[in-house]
Amino acid sequence: MNSIATIENEIVNEFSLLDGDQEMTLYYLMELGQKLPALPEAARKEENEVKGCQSKVWLTARAEGNKMILEADSNTAITKGLVSLLVRVFSGQAPDDVLAAELTFMKRIGLDRFIGTQRSNGFAAMTKQIKFYALAFKTQLAGI
Amino acid sequence: MVSVVSPVLDIEEIRSQFPVLHQKVNGQPLIYFDNAATNQKPKRVIDALTSYYSGYNANIHRGIHTLAEKATRAYEDTREAMRSFINARSVEEIIFTRGVTESINLVAASYGRTFLKAGDEVIISGLEHHSNIVPWQMVCEEKQANLKVIPITESGEIDIEAFQKLLSGNTKIVAVNHASNSLGTINPIASIISMAHQVGAVVLVDGAQAAAHLEIDVQALDADFYCISSHKMFGPTGTGILFGKKELLEQMPPYMGGGEMIKDVTFAKTTYNNLPYKFEAGTPNIADVVALREAVNFIKELGKENIATHEDGLLKHAQDGLSSLAKVKLIGTSEQKVSVQSFVVDGIHHFDIGQMLDARGIAVRTGHHCTQPLMESFGLEGTVRASFSVYNTREEIEVMVEGISKIIWKLGR
Repeated sequence: MNSIATIENEIVNEFSLLDGDQEMTLYYLMELGQKLPALPEAARKEENEVKGCQSKVWLTARAEGNKMILEADSNTAITKGLVSLLVRVFSGQAPDDVLAAELTFMKRIGLDRFIGTQRSNGFAAMTKQIKFYALAFKTQLAGI
Repeated sequence: MVSVVSPVLDIEEIRSQFPVLHQKVNGQPLIYFDNAATNQKPKRVIDALTSYYSGYNANIHRGIHTLAEKATRAYEDTREAMRSFINARSVEEIIFTRGVTESINLVAASYGRTFLKAGDEVIISGLEHHSNIVPWQMVCEEKQANLKVIPITESGEIDIEAFQKLLSGNTKIVAVNHASNSLGTINPIASIISMAHQVGAVVLVDGAQAAAHLEIDVQALDADFYCISSHKMFGPTGTGILFGKKELLEQMPPYMGGGEMIKDVTFAKTTYNNLPYKFEAGTPNIADVVALREAVNFIKELGKENIATHEDGLLKHAQDGLSSLAKVKLIGTSEQKVSVQSFVVDGIHHFDIGQMLDARGIAVRTGHHCTQPLMESFGLEGTVRASFSVYNTREEIEVMVEGISKIIWKLGR
């Protein structure tokens, strides 16, 4: 498993091929979203919804050993692309690493400008939710 | 961009009066189709704001000096301009507010609280903006009155027969919009008003979407209250009017207390000022009111009929273009509409359409448009809404339709 920083660099490199073209970037984002497996209907329930997103976003987390596994879905294509990036960065990482991470790839790609304030706030809400899960797992692991 | 010259209006010349239109957004020429949310401002309106602040900024009404006098006159000139704009009988019937939302809240709080009793009924339509729903819910709850809703038809029109059935001796207030912000439907408010009057109810008309498009004659309509927002008729944000029949306004208590609205104040008792000042507590939004006059002049000079003819052409062009795309479904298909078209695209969320159009420099609105109950009646979470103004062109519509077709091609596979 690559480190969070390494995965972030990979993402930045991929997006840099699009030369900052907004339309191409959004299409690429949606393509990434399409590759993210859909959550089963049963998981698309209110308790898995991320609060603070304009679109609907569902996030689930489970522990595999000392790693955190994330799955996610959204009802809009662009947001699904965004959450797929978070899954890529954080899923399979140790809770401590997730908690310590300060993501920079959004800024480095310029995605925060492209997606606007509301979606940026939504992105922040998703990140926060993932960190909550990480904290919960950390506490759980410490308790065992 | 080459523009078709409308038979009467020179659209290219009109566009040149709007500084904001001449810019690129995300590398593309801006196409502004969010006019139902707020339309753009001609240079004369912007200039009026600047000249007010750089030439005669002063607090109005009580000042004795020259600047105060000049500011007062300009402020009151706009009141007269708005009176004439909607053909009210007198300037006493024109109250400046922050816009339609405040105007409706004023009537709900002042008229509603005074005259509604337990068991009375307020009727609104299923087409209303939240601003014409929530204030009535609030006052109905307080007064234990009942809120009734006129259902709408599949094409997005008020069901007049159902309205007739809802009317009774208990009906005290009917509040409907002149034109729907989400669908564009123009409602038959003359009939609605006369039907409501037959049972003794007063009628408030939300004219937010009508002001820039339709002729408004409150006397011919016999409207009791009529509300307008300046920013939806080429004027500045933060101001608008409430028209009320003088005899009704006189019976209503003030909505807010403070300066301007008083005649005499002692700690024991305050007597209120005359109309319209009774409802204008505090220093008003002088600059924006002053500049609103230029917006009225702009509309008058173009002529509402000419504006409507051009916009009707744009709407038809958009409907034809959008209908030609297999996955697009038009929402709101009444024959009588202002230039607003809502639509959904099968399999693609409206947020994604909106964001992808923005990448092409095209501004549309997405979501429930502050009409959640209406969206629900169509079984929708929201729509994409394109709304057109006098400065828009057929070519711009073609660019939007082509953009949507590309998005469908890319995402709908």
